Amino acid sequence: MVLTDCSGSASPSLPSQPLDHNCRADVAVIGGGVVGCAVARRMALAGAKVALLEKAPDILAGASKANSALLHTGFDAPPGSLEWQTMQAGYAEYLAIRGEMNLPLLETGAMVVAWTPAEQAALEGIGEIARQNGVGDARLITGGQARAREPGLAPHLRAALLVPGEHVIDPWSAPLAYLTQAVALGAQAWFQAEVLAGDFDGDVWRLHTARGTLRARHVINCAGLYGDLVDRRCLGDADFEIRPRKGQFVVFDKAASRLLTTIILPVPTERTKGVVLARTIFGNLLVGPTAEEQTARDIAAVDEAALGGLVATAISMLPALETMPITAIYAGLRPASDTKAYRIRHEPHRHWITLGGIRSTGLTSALGLASYAASLLQSVAGRSHPARTPRTQISMPNLAEHLPRDWQSPGYGEIICHCEMVTRREIEAALCSAVPPGDFGGLRRRTRAGMGRCQGFYCGAKLARITTGHFASPVANG
Amino acid sequence: MVEAVACDVAIIGGGPAGLGAAIALRLRQVGRVIVFEREDQAGGVPRHCGHPAFGMREFGFPLTGPHYARRLRKLAVAHGVDIRPRHSVVALQPNGCLSVATPDGMLGAEARRVVLATGARETPRSARLVSGARPLGVITTGALQACLYLERMQPACRRPVIVGTELVGLSALWTCISHGIRPAAVIESADRPVARWPFGLFPTLLGVPAYFGAHIAAIEGASRVERVQVQSGSGRCVPIACDGVVFTGRFVPEAALGQAASLALDPCSGGPAIDQFGRCSDPALFAAGNVLRPIETAGWCFREGRRIGQAVADDLDGRLPPPVCGIRVICGPGIKFCVPHMIFPPGGTRSATHLDHLQLRVAQTVTGRMTVRQNGARIWSKRISTRPERRILIPLAALAGLAASGDIMLGIESGALAGER
Repeated sequence: MVLTDCSGSASPSLPSQPLDHNCRADVAVIGGGVVGCAVARRMALAGAKVALLEKAPDILAGASKANSALLHTGFDAPPGSLEWQTMQAGYAEYLAIRGEMNLPLLETGAMVVAWTPAEQAALEGIGEIARQNGVGDARLITGGQARAREPGLAPHLRAALLVPGEHVIDPWSAPLAYLTQAVALGAQAWFQAEVLAGDFDGDVWRLHTARGTLRARHVINCAGLYGDLVDRRCLGDADFEIRPRKGQFVVFDKAASRLLTTIILPVPTERTKGVVLARTIFGNLLVGPTAEEQTARDIAAVDEAALGGLVATAISMLPALETMPITAIYAGLRPASDTKAYRIRHEPHRHWITLGGIRSTGLTSALGLASYAASLLQSVAGRSHPARTPRTQISMPNLAEHLPRDWQSPGYGEIICHCEMVTRREIEAALCSAVPPGDFGGLRRRTRAGMGRCQGFYCGAKLARITTGHFASPVANG
Repeated sequence: MVEAVACDVAIIGGGPAGLGAAIALRLRQVGRVIVFEREDQAGGVPRHCGHPAFGMREFGFPLTGPHYARRLRKLAVAHGVDIRPRHSVVALQPNGCLSVATPDGMLGAEARRVVLATGARETPRSARLVSGARPLGVITTGALQACLYLERMQPACRRPVIVGTELVGLSALWTCISHGIRPAAVIESADRPVARWPFGLFPTLLGVPAYFGAHIAAIEGASRVERVQVQSGSGRCVPIACDGVVFTGRFVPEAALGQAASLALDPCSGGPAIDQFGRCSDPALFAAGNVLRPIETAGWCFREGRRIGQAVADDLDGRLPPPVCGIRVICGPGIKFCVPHMIFPPGGTRSATHLDHLQLRVAQTVTGRMTVRQNGARIWSKRISTRPERRILIPLAALAGLAASGDIMLGIESGALAGER
């Protein structure tokens, strides 16, 4: 393959910079969500020249922005499905790379908890599926055993399926690490570069974006909530339809995380995995998501009644939450499709792969999906590039509450965000990192600044000052 | 730990209450008093608040918040208080041991007594569970004022909606107007201004439309706030075009440090439970200022800090009664909270200094008779007509018939007037 550098694109993340018409890539990845970031990394590791196109000013702007931040074993995935296969592969790869990349893991285990006789009756079937899925350490326990493990749970707990391998991770540093490694290997990430159309000449794709045209030998569509639209724009049709499913969440204050260790999963329904109660890697406790179908793909509004319902559900499971303050609320959209399965479209003759309909399990399965896409691509390209080993080790700054944070080492300058203990040194490092934040939300996700209980009461102004000149949409003007 | 410091009293938080306590302690010749302040400078929330009137009682003339904060700092330093800015206390251990994060590394501190004076913060949008999109431009008064007064930056919003009419809401309004920001509306869930007359007239005088008995049903906007849907009592929604939302007031004590240390908190006030000396469930720990309750003026907090500073000095002299023998103060229906939570009968203390009053708030607008009962007998009563967020004081000296033991119960007895002798 001919590799041509993207000339004059030293700062591809700056939106003023147009894509050069000579810009060429081996693989174009459309979408900077967790799947796109993982795919970019996998392709870059395989030696390909990668260009990632993202329509927002930053990665993780769509579905990957808001999820329950769990690393799943795949115990309840449809046996034999691609979802199951990629979750298991993704799970294993996350555990394998997390040490060198400094990605956190809170080893909590999970319990699928039955609160009613009907739910209790369903547990056995779930346990059977877990066994079929190779999650051999999942086991049924009595209500008494479950409460011995989690004494704070409400007494009407009847039984549970304990799944020791389910864990809590950082939903944002992982994909950022994937893309950072890809960039270290020469990948380019173009933001505010929505793909508007594409044409294929039998060998090379020309992707027309909001910032100009990119030429790429292969395209992998990881556009999440827009996956079907991108297929339609470039292939002329789509064999699935995204039906955004909103999930709202409530995050309780850090004090609440002392009330619970194990992830509490409900007995799932056909439609959704249901409302989860879990610690976050940042030392809080979250409850959610709701599952609400909507047509809008760009706005996930929160709703007082639904949030109140989540709080009530959480209290019914863990009564001591009654007195716990609420720190944050959020809502995200899952790119569900018209069926439950992942929607993979492979057009070998058109050099196109779509990884669509990746719902809430995508955080776990992303690395597995990336390897799967690589294997599909290899079957077309016929040979692999000489695999590269990363020359630069990627090590993410730690934001996990249970591990040493930046403020614990001298020389941090000052604490900017007191609730989350975010230092000036951390913020400045994020602002000049290889994949810097493109907006205020991106900075929050990279550092946690402003994400705590005061939500910017104390730090909002300082953050406005520090980020002056960094974002197209400033917080304040000086 | 890079090092450890020892002191007589460590004060956590350098706002008016913390500085007041520090000054009082130094005036009582307590040797080493350190104020740990996590911000760049001590002074507390008044630093954010660039308008008058602060310090009338302390300094005799009105000051702006930043001037007032500077005066308090100078006074504290003049009295030999060791103020340590950019020192964040991250953990409280029993017996006055503190872990402090500093830019030069972790610091341990060992104090004979600790005063918690960490103040309060406004309730942001998230904890109010306000519906709608989550664009940029949804802030609190604290963030707005820090932006304008501390950072000298213009917030991106030029036409925000202000939610709330406590004094701080009117302070937000004043701040906006004096910086050329024209609020689109003031929204209040109560049927009239929460702040006392004449402050409640502010919106009208400034020509800003005010909606009472109304709340925000939804915030709308993609990347920035574009409008809010304001719902009145009748259920009707009115869209108001705006480019920001400032949530004001509904303060909550900043008590996370105490909570993490398993200090007994009062679920009604949100702050630590204290006795009339400001002493917490850990008797080496005292609390003063707005961490005790939402919310009081800077001047009140300063005076309260001074009183509790003196009580701490008394304690160091061995003059406080043992913490176990007090009389508990219980809030009956209609009472939102009461501080302090434990008092001592007049003969039970050799200390000259303590909080002079029971300070309380009601849960809703009420007209009736407020009573204090002990062992079933009414030991104090007064006709009241008051509203939420108004300061209500019951002088401890007026509880003439206070027995040496037996909880006291605060209540509102609406029908009590008729049967009274």
